[in-house]
Amino acid sequence: MRLTRQQIAARVADDIPDGAYVNLGIGVPTLVADYLPDDRQIVLHTENGMLGMGHAAAPDEIDDDLINAGKIYVTEELGAAYFHHADSFAMMRGGHIDYCVMGGYQVSVAGDLANWRTNSVTSIPGVGGAMDLAAGAKHVYVLMDLFTKAGECKLVQQCTYPLTGAECVERVYSDVGVFELADGEVRVLDLFDDELGIEGLAAIVGSPLVDARLAVS
Amino acid sequence: MINKEVEDHLEAVADIVDGSTILVGGFGPPGQPVELINALLENGARELVIVNNNAGAGGSAILKLFSAGRVRKVICSYPKAIDSTVFDELYLAGKIELELVPQGNLAERIRAAGAGIGGFYTRTGYGTELAEGKETRLIDGKHYVLEQPIHADFALIKALTADPWGNLVYRKTARNFGPVMATAANVTIAEVTNVVPLGGLDPEIIVTPSIYVDRFIRTRAAAERTAADERAQA
Repeated sequence: MRLTRQQIAARVADDIPDGAYVNLGIGVPTLVADYLPDDRQIVLHTENGMLGMGHAAAPDEIDDDLINAGKIYVTEELGAAYFHHADSFAMMRGGHIDYCVMGGYQVSVAGDLANWRTNSVTSIPGVGGAMDLAAGAKHVYVLMDLFTKAGECKLVQQCTYPLTGAECVERVYSDVGVFELADGEVRVLDLFDDELGIEGLAAIVGSPLVDARLAVS
Repeated sequence: MINKEVEDHLEAVADIVDGSTILVGGFGPPGQPVELINALLENGARELVIVNNNAGAGGSAILKLFSAGRVRKVICSYPKAIDSTVFDELYLAGKIELELVPQGNLAERIRAAGAGIGGFYTRTGYGTELAEGKETRLIDGKHYVLEQPIHADFALIKALTADPWGNLVYRKTARNFGPVMATAANVTIAEVTNVVPLGGLDPEIIVTPSIYVDRFIRTRAAAERTAADERAQA
């Protein structure tokens, strides 16, 4: 069985400890916020200049001056703080953000991340804060479907799309499984697609996978 | 007596000439100096270099500068707009130059300019195409890329409240680039919603000290509100 995006987001949320400062990327990673356990205080950072970001604003909660990095109206938690952009990125680049969760086009077995542009010549390149997070967050997690719509595996030997950062990804949370990239190894922390199996997946990735499921259970 | 308020919006941007490099505040619509941008449109300066996080995606006011063909080059981190193709068309037609900068480098390069820093090494972008051709250095076992400051002729920013000296405070995520950009331009022009008398801002909470601000305008809505208050008091 493969996980839905909501289920993957919930799996990521489950692994974020109490007291962590976390940046969630635009798009699917934003879903993680919906599954953060109520019994943990987790402080969300949005790179346009806020710690203590709350949920998306309901129509009657919209404040014109309060948006997140995805330009969605959001709310403010108790304990929130605002700061300017250079301070906000100092938090990211200076290693103060504990976890960041981003989407990915490709992740290599060495932990290289490609998630900011494809090779299309007609697309408009935009990088935003992805390279800063990749370089500066203490733990870089990537949340993505493991295969493209065309069926190509996104966990690859070498990224063919332009890099966002080199050797920066620590974990990949996907519909197929959870993988830890460390010391040149791909460790399987969780596997949801039993039909595919570790051997089957290793053949697709083209790299040995270390079964680390016992180690975490 | 220092009073940096300029009543006429056009007068506030009168010294912006063709070819100027302009830092424009805002991340998405919050913090965008809409009335200053409109005045700049009216001013007519061309061949501008615009530094703004979102370029064409930064809201309808800044988009008008692009669609009016006033911008020669844009320095930004994320020009893709969901709701507009103006920038895309100019870019794909080769009518506008784009310097794409990681967002943290954009903020820090502006900050460096304001702080008199001639460049800095950052880990951001190392090993990517945005660092190609740039000097790198190995520091404590980690790779860094040399980045240069971004100086500008003008900064146009939006704040919530000013006093006559130009001390500024901001509101929520509308603060974004304002305080950093204010430091990095030869001339910084602010657009504010409220003006209070000298002493009306608690010195402990001032975000942009007045030394960085050359002049400011009051938004028209705010000016009308003040006039109505004065009439009510009379």
